[in-house]
Amino acid sequence: MVLYSVIATIVGTVLVLVIDWFPTGASTAAGPIDLLYDVLLVPSVVIFVLVMAVVIYCAVKFRAKPGDLGDGAPIHGSTRLEIFWVTVPFIMVTALAVYGWVVLDDIEAKQPNTLIVDVRAQQFAWRFTYPDEGNLKTNQLVLPKDRPVEFRVTTNDVLHSFWVPQFRLKTDTVPGLTTKIRVTPNREGRYDVVCAELCGIGHSTMRQAVRVVPPGEFSAWRAQAKKQQKTVGGETPPEPE
Amino acid sequence: MTLAGRLKAPGWYRAALSQPIGFLVALGVVVGARALYGYDPLVDWDAIITVVLIALPLAFLVGIGCFDYWFRWASGAPTVPEDHSGHGARSWKDYFYVNTDHKVIGIQYIVTTFFFFIAGGLMAMVMRAELAQPGTQFVEPNTYNGLFSVHASLMIFLFIIPVFAGIANYVIPLMIGAPDMAFPRLNALSFWMLPTAGILMLASFFADGGAFATGWTAYAPLSTETPLGQTFFTIAVQFAGASSIATALNFLVTIITMRAPGMTFWRMPLLVWANFTTSLLVVIATPFIAGSQFFVLLDRSLGTDFFNVGANGDVLMYQHVFWFYSHPAVYIMMLPGFGIVSEVISANARKPVFGYRMMAFSLMAIVVLGFTVWAHHMFVSGMFSWLRVPMMITTMLIAVPTGIKIFSWLATLWRGVIHLTTPMLFALGFITMFTLGGISGIMLAVIPVVIHVSDTYFVVAHIHYVLFGGSVFTIFAGIYHWFPKMTGRMYDESLGKLHFWLSFVFFNLTFGPMHLVGVDGMPRRVADYAEQFATMNVLISVSSFLFGLSFLVFLYNMVTSWRNGPKAAANPWRAHTLEWQVSSPPPIFNFDEVPTVVGGPYEYGVPGAVHGVFKEKRAAVPAGGGGAPPPAE
Repeated sequence: MVLYSVIATIVGTVLVLVIDWFPTGASTAAGPIDLLYDVLLVPSVVIFVLVMAVVIYCAVKFRAKPGDLGDGAPIHGSTRLEIFWVTVPFIMVTALAVYGWVVLDDIEAKQPNTLIVDVRAQQFAWRFTYPDEGNLKTNQLVLPKDRPVEFRVTTNDVLHSFWVPQFRLKTDTVPGLTTKIRVTPNREGRYDVVCAELCGIGHSTMRQAVRVVPPGEFSAWRAQAKKQQKTVGGETPPEPE
Repeated sequence: MTLAGRLKAPGWYRAALSQPIGFLVALGVVVGARALYGYDPLVDWDAIITVVLIALPLAFLVGIGCFDYWFRWASGAPTVPEDHSGHGARSWKDYFYVNTDHKVIGIQYIVTTFFFFIAGGLMAMVMRAELAQPGTQFVEPNTYNGLFSVHASLMIFLFIIPVFAGIANYVIPLMIGAPDMAFPRLNALSFWMLPTAGILMLASFFADGGAFATGWTAYAPLSTETPLGQTFFTIAVQFAGASSIATALNFLVTIITMRAPGMTFWRMPLLVWANFTTSLLVVIATPFIAGSQFFVLLDRSLGTDFFNVGANGDVLMYQHVFWFYSHPAVYIMMLPGFGIVSEVISANARKPVFGYRMMAFSLMAIVVLGFTVWAHHMFVSGMFSWLRVPMMITTMLIAVPTGIKIFSWLATLWRGVIHLTTPMLFALGFITMFTLGGISGIMLAVIPVVIHVSDTYFVVAHIHYVLFGGSVFTIFAGIYHWFPKMTGRMYDESLGKLHFWLSFVFFNLTFGPMHLVGVDGMPRRVADYAEQFATMNVLISVSSFLFGLSFLVFLYNMVTSWRNGPKAAANPWRAHTLEWQVSSPPPIFNFDEVPTVVGGPYEYGVPGAVHGVFKEKRAAVPAGGGGAPPPAE
């Protein structure tokens, strides 16, 4: 049993670590979060293999022979064993909780030179405002690479949830409140803004795009968007999907 | 009986008559109140239907006979001497009336809840058919949203919570040596409130605007703004909740006061401990969900502003109140299952449950800790951020008492004499699958991870591992284990094993991949999804259909065995607990002689050890004289 368990643990650990669980990481939070997730997986494999191995071993090794009407050994307990399996899980969960807390503080830390973006959700679209850029209002979310962003999120109607899987950030949008979330995009590309809180009939189609671009391109986009806003007198049209 | 007689006696004729009367009362109340307040128009159907949803179920309960004795007593008329004619089933028809026998009520619960399980399961099949491909194929998004909302509500309030109550209702008085529950009439009322709740939920599909479609969580302000179908949910939950609370009170009083002589708390079987602790959870927590739904109902129908932000309402308050119940609810849905697993494993491994006292203490620890973790459902809700870390800590701590139980069951298997019967297979399947669900639960407790996976299919995977691989596996284990006791017949063991293996394999093929699509970015409660998830979803859907089909094996086994299975002995599992010391099915009042408990419930391996004795010499165990006759041809 011990040999099979060790093999299963190794195979299982390799398997779960090799699987590409997450979408491409595009923010500075993705690294620590993905690592934390992998770290959580390892003891998980160990525990699962342990439980599975004992069940299978007992079912095979101690299986009643046909016609065996006897009883098993009258073992009522073992204080030593009980102390062991209270203390070890306690230590494990404490360690994981501390690690999680450290990562949380790290990814939520305030940064200098933060770009503020107001996010306003409604059934069933997202609207963005850049208050420091002359209140530029847009349906397109464009962000400069490597600059910390603070999203200030709210909603016009019901609960929604502002989620960019590639950034690993999510916050619900609550009427009457402004929720905040910080992220530093660090990879250029085009990613999804997905609504993650049931908001009605259009919930599953409430998705838009976010683009992370080099700082020069961001300035260019911003200037062009402001011009469009002045001439057209409204918001820039949503990006084609 | 004459027609007039039928209409006056408790039963279905009178229940049918009660409906138009209830409708007219509701109509009168609404129109009258609107006239007094000078509202125009006098006839507002939303308002009328809201009151009808309360009045008709109550009228039904009066009509079918749940309140007859109390009304008579309250009126001051001399009570009719009890002739026990309403106690025990002598034919299958008795199961359709108000009956005070806990064994009848237990079976009523189990059959009724499985009916709703099938309804909820069929809804899941439609959902998976829709999700097999991106785009819309079978149901529009609004219908889809209604399907998953009703699916979850039925499974939680009309299946898992009450089926455990039903199994416990049947088994626990027998297990403690009692002739019935402490409050048999209240027990009957508890049962009858259940189908009323379920019918209300199913009826919401016929409401204008469709079924309630805000999830079983019904978050405000979406739930205060949606069409009338939502009100069906808010009121159905009240009936289901009242049923649950009344049953829990009954269990608490029964377990505290009616144990056989010699049965101290530390000689109670763990199923009794499990239902005792569950009942504590129910009576403390359930009023909170009632409250949360009353807030929604009042905002919808009486113009209050609990969740109206424009009038200083507080939207997050809904979630705090709702989850203050709904987290303990998941323990309500699991603890009785833990009790069942202890009974099944000890009997089928021929060994005492390892660490009996710690098993009882860990149940109590889960009850206490279970009240301290609710906001882990709200990590990304926008609530005050300092609450998150304490909730992460308490959530992770609750793994410790749960781990104690898993390890204790493993130790119970060790050096046992293992009989891989169907109930034992389900108990072993539970241990492994619940461990997986617990592992994903630990991952969900770690805030940086859950920020990403919250509201995704990772959560859907987790909940189904703990609720199906966890709770429902224990329900199957319990049904198979006590089937001979309840029906007097043995189920087919080969079909039982087939049911187990089909369920186990297709359950994992259905819900395992959901972990992957969730982390990869697929949100939950969506009628449609991005192209990249298409392959996984079609695999999941096909597996789910096979998973659904596996249930038919169970149904077939239950029906044919109940009708034609071989007669069961009093104690086919050679177990020690008291329910097995009477015939299968038991006599109408359970024990012809009250047993005396002289030892622990799991004294396997000790020659000559017994749990309970009958001190007088008694005659051979008679063939079943009550309980569950086979369904008539």
